Amino acid sequence: MSVFSEAFDWLSTSTNWHGPDGVPHRVLEHLGYTALTVVIASAIAIPLGLWIGHTGRLRGLAIAVTGALRALPTLGLLTLVVLWRGIGLTPPIAALVVLAIPPLLAGAYAGVESVDRRTVDAARGIGMTEWQVLTRVEVPLSLSLLLGGLRSAVLQVVATATVAAYIGLGGLGRYLLDGIAVRDYPQMLGGSLVVVVLALLLDGAFALLQRLSPT
Amino acid sequence: MKLNRTLGVLSAAALALSLAACGGDPTDTSSGSDSGSTSSSKSIVVGSAAFGESEILAEVYAQALKAKGVDASTKLDIGAREAYIGAIKDGTIDLIPEYTGNLLLYFDQNATATAPADVESALQGALPDGLAVLDPAPGEDKDSLNVTSEFAQKNGVASIADLAKIKGLKVAANPEFKTRAYGLPGMDKIYGIKDVSFTAISDGGGPATLKALTSGQVDVADIYSTTPSITQNKLVTLEDPKNLIAAQNVVPLIRDDAQSDEVKSTLAAVSEKLTTDALLELNTAFAADSKPTAADVAKDWLQKNGLV
Repeated sequence: MSVFSEAFDWLSTSTNWHGPDGVPHRVLEHLGYTALTVVIASAIAIPLGLWIGHTGRLRGLAIAVTGALRALPTLGLLTLVVLWRGIGLTPPIAALVVLAIPPLLAGAYAGVESVDRRTVDAARGIGMTEWQVLTRVEVPLSLSLLLGGLRSAVLQVVATATVAAYIGLGGLGRYLLDGIAVRDYPQMLGGSLVVVVLALLLDGAFALLQRLSPT
Repeated sequence: MKLNRTLGVLSAAALALSLAACGGDPTDTSSGSDSGSTSSSKSIVVGSAAFGESEILAEVYAQALKAKGVDASTKLDIGAREAYIGAIKDGTIDLIPEYTGNLLLYFDQNATATAPADVESALQGALPDGLAVLDPAPGEDKDSLNVTSEFAQKNGVASIADLAKIKGLKVAANPEFKTRAYGLPGMDKIYGIKDVSFTAISDGGGPATLKALTSGQVDVADIYSTTPSITQNKLVTLEDPKNLIAAQNVVPLIRDDAQSDEVKSTLAAVSEKLTTDALLELNTAFAADSKPTAADVAKDWLQKNGLV
C-alpha cells in the first residue's frame, strides 16, 4: 500500500477526528496561532507602512530591513527566543510575527504609494488635513494592495505555524513531529495535507475578498 | 593526512587482494578461516557513523591499533546504521564502534532486553554470520533522565524511582518519549510514576530542552547521557535501577576475519577505559571552541590513559 493511500486511511479514521489530538482541535489551535500572529504583526507593520507610504520617509530603510527579516530562518529564530525566554507561546509567535511583517509592511507602503499623486493633491486642495488625506483617500484607494499583503502574510504564517510543535505546543505541526519521531509516515502526510487544504481555503477566501474590494 | 591517504590506498589494495583470494562463494568458511590465520598482518579499516562521538571512537580504535603495530586506517562519516552495517558486511570496513541496545534492535526489532548483560547476550545471538561484537565498554550513550542539582537536593531525588513521590511531575523529551516503552508508558509501568505533564521538544535534548529544564519550566529532561551540557550545567543524571532505558554500551562490532589476538586485546584495553564519564570527556573536548579534530581528541585521550 502506498504512503498516500495510508495517509487517506489515516485521514478517514474517525478516532483521528476526536479529542485533543483530533484534527478539528489541531486545526483550531493552528488557526489560533495564525490569527494571533497576524493581529500582532498587523498592529506593527500596517501603521508603519502607511506612515512610510504617506510621508515617503525611511522607505530605503524599510526595504532593507524587511529584506533582511525575510532571510531569517524561522526555526533558528524560534530557538533563539527559547534560549532567551524559555518555552511557551512567546517563541513561536515572535518568530512567526517576524515572518509576517515584511509582506504586511510592503503591502501597506506600496499601496499608499500607488495612489495617484494628483488625487492626493486634489484632496489637499479641497482643504483635507493630512490625517483625512490618509484615512479618506489613501487607505481606501490602497485597500487592494493592503489586502494582498495580508493575504501573503496569512498564507506564509499558516504554512509555517507548524513550528510551534517543535517546543511542545499544539497545532498541525504535532502530526509532523510526532509522526517523524516514530516513523509514522501516514500521520505525517495526513497532517501535511490538512495544512495544504487549510492554506488553500484561506487563500481562496482572500482571493474572494480582494475581488469584492472597491479597487 | 597524506600518510592516511597512503594507508587508505594500501588497505584498499590489501582488501581487494584478500577479496580476490576469497573468490567464489563468499559464505565459504574455509577461505574465511584461511584469512583469519594470517590476520595478524591484515590491515583493518575502522568505519564510523555520521556523528561526532562515533568518529572520535573510530579514531580511538584506529590509533590504539596502530600503536600496537596493526595496519589500521579509518573511513569516517559513513552515515546511518543501514549504510555502515552494509559496509561491514561487504568488507568495505572491518570494525566500527557500536551501541549494544540499538544494534540489537537493528537485528531484532522485537528485542525487549534492557539490562546491560541481557542486551549483550541477546545481541550475541542476533548477530548475522561473519560479524561479532567484542567485550562492551562500561560507558553508555543513551537516553537519560536529568534534573537540576537544586531540584535533586530540594526533593531528595537521585533515582528515577524517587520521582514517583512527586505530584504533577513535568517532563520534557522528544515526541517519541510519549509512546515508546522507555518513555511515559515505562515510567508508569516500571516505576509507578503517574500524572506526568509531558512537553514534547523536538531538538533531541538540545538547547531548547536544556533551557526548559534550567529555567524550571520542566522538572525532568531526557538528554543523551554523553552530552557535554550535562556536566556544563551540573545536571544530575537519575539512576535507573530497574533498567527502564535499554543499555547502550559502546562495543566494537568487527568482522570475524579481522579478529586477531592482537586486535582483540588492544580493543579490550580501550573498552575497559571507556566509561560514560570518558565519553562525556571526549565529547566535551570535541565541542571545545578551538574545534579540534576527532583524531586530535582521540590522540590526547589515548595518551592520557596510557594506551598509546
